Amino acid sequence: MNMHALKTEPDAAVEAVVVATAAAPVVALTPKRAPRAEKYAKMAKETAVRVVPPLIVLALGMLFWELVCQRAGSTLPPPSRVFKETKELIFDPFFDRGGIDKGLFWHMSASLQRVALGYSLAAVAGIALGTLVGQSVWAMRGLDPIFQVLRTIPPLAWLPLSLAAFRDGQPSAIFVIFITSIWPIIINTAVGIRNIPQDYRNVAAVVQLNPLEFFWKIMIPAAAPYIFTGLRIGIGLSWLAIVAAEMLIGGVGIGFFIWDAWNSSHISEIILALFYVGIIGFVLDRIIAGMAQIVTRGTALN
Amino acid sequence: MHPYLKLDHIDKVFTRGNASTEVLKDINLTIDKGEYVSIIGHSGCGKSTLLNIVAGLTTTTMGCVLLENREVNSPGPDRAVVFQNHSLLPWLTVYENVRLGVDKVFASGKTRGERDAWTMHNLNLVQMAHARDKRPSEISGGMKQRVGIARALAMEPKVLLLDEPFGALDALTRAHLQDSVMALHQKLGNTILMITHDVDEAVLLSDRIVMMTNGPSARIGEVLDVPLARPRKRLELATNAGYLKCRQRVLEFLYERHRFVEAA
Repeated sequence: MNMHALKTEPDAAVEAVVVATAAAPVVALTPKRAPRAEKYAKMAKETAVRVVPPLIVLALGMLFWELVCQRAGSTLPPPSRVFKETKELIFDPFFDRGGIDKGLFWHMSASLQRVALGYSLAAVAGIALGTLVGQSVWAMRGLDPIFQVLRTIPPLAWLPLSLAAFRDGQPSAIFVIFITSIWPIIINTAVGIRNIPQDYRNVAAVVQLNPLEFFWKIMIPAAAPYIFTGLRIGIGLSWLAIVAAEMLIGGVGIGFFIWDAWNSSHISEIILALFYVGIIGFVLDRIIAGMAQIVTRGTALN
Repeated sequence: MHPYLKLDHIDKVFTRGNASTEVLKDINLTIDKGEYVSIIGHSGCGKSTLLNIVAGLTTTTMGCVLLENREVNSPGPDRAVVFQNHSLLPWLTVYENVRLGVDKVFASGKTRGERDAWTMHNLNLVQMAHARDKRPSEISGGMKQRVGIARALAMEPKVLLLDEPFGALDALTRAHLQDSVMALHQKLGNTILMITHDVDEAVLLSDRIVMMTNGPSARIGEVLDVPLARPRKRLELATNAGYLKCRQRVLEFLYERHRFVEAA
């Protein structure tokens, strides 16, 4: 159509010129391209703009902390002492002396495994229940008020009950993760499903998609931005809950590592662990956000 | 000979709580195979409801829709719809949007390769093959509507339903698409039922124009034959006496006898 006509026009013009000056020598014009060095310089500048300000703030914060905690009798160690006392833990995260005397890598990986299991179960169950509540008016009337009450229960309040039910720390911790992260997933999925435009439903009806095809081809992609909002809140909450749950159930895991450090008065180790917990939580959030960006490309637009 | 598509004594009442509104009253209409029929009326007269009833997206309160002597009361690809706002799925490419319908309709009738070829054939019909891998957000409004038309055509519908298909487009693009639809109708001989509120569009494209009275309880006020030879040329028709007479009739109906009364 119009676009097409526009596109061919320059070609036609070029041809006309070529015909008119058939005898003239043809000069090949290479399009101007920014030199590579310039491109890298630009990229480096963009990165610096994002990285340098937080680094400056961090450095200032450390300096302040160092000054405040350096005097004798201070209750918390300054950063320099934290580093000195935890050097072994930082540089050798893989040691394993049996029991709970392991490197930080093992504690982290135990915690992450619990989160991975509980969160995956919550994602599957949450999307399924959210779809049900979003799609069926009766399911919403029956389940939504109950969900609204259950979701306000603090994660740790579930722990004694799940210990009573499972009689073991591991499944109880996983259950706490599950029950913590499922609510935002359910609620956001339901909202997403309810907000699917009638147009898409009409298209599905005309094409005669069966319920399963409708679920995979229309519902999930259409509700994906909402679902991923729920998933992102969920992963944040489950990382919050795991530390507290592990403090209570004991064993290998970053939560109990912190509790154990407190009991042994290793304040520096606590600070190091907190630093790691923060970094991992940030990375988990970015992973889900990245997945969302890949899956919902195109959906958010339009 | 039996009529191809028949709307038989259709009433539609919307009920909400205790209040009920009669939208359509006793609609009777028969459409022959290959005919291009437009329904025109002021906004709110229930013409979109009528199209949804034919599409099976809305149920009738009384009466029924017969297609080749069979009652149709649920949506299906034999009555493909081109929606007003294109309704392409934004997460699928142009090709995938058309292919979605093709895969369902020809699940057993065609092989994978044939379905691919058929999808591309229909994109070619609307001159959109070049954008096959683009997403709807990357193409213009007119292009989206072309893809919408390709999606509907690819289902090989018995009746093609157009719900104000050019309403959201600018005047130039609209004229361009009207010409395309005319050419497709000429080439493929589809039976088409179109909703519109544009008098020129109705006269230019249709074999018959169904004029609806204002709602509530909208009825068919008048049916006008458009005895213009095809293929029709937009520019030649502008001074054609027959064209002007039809246009005059529709305008009279809409603006003198059934003037749209703004709700007070």
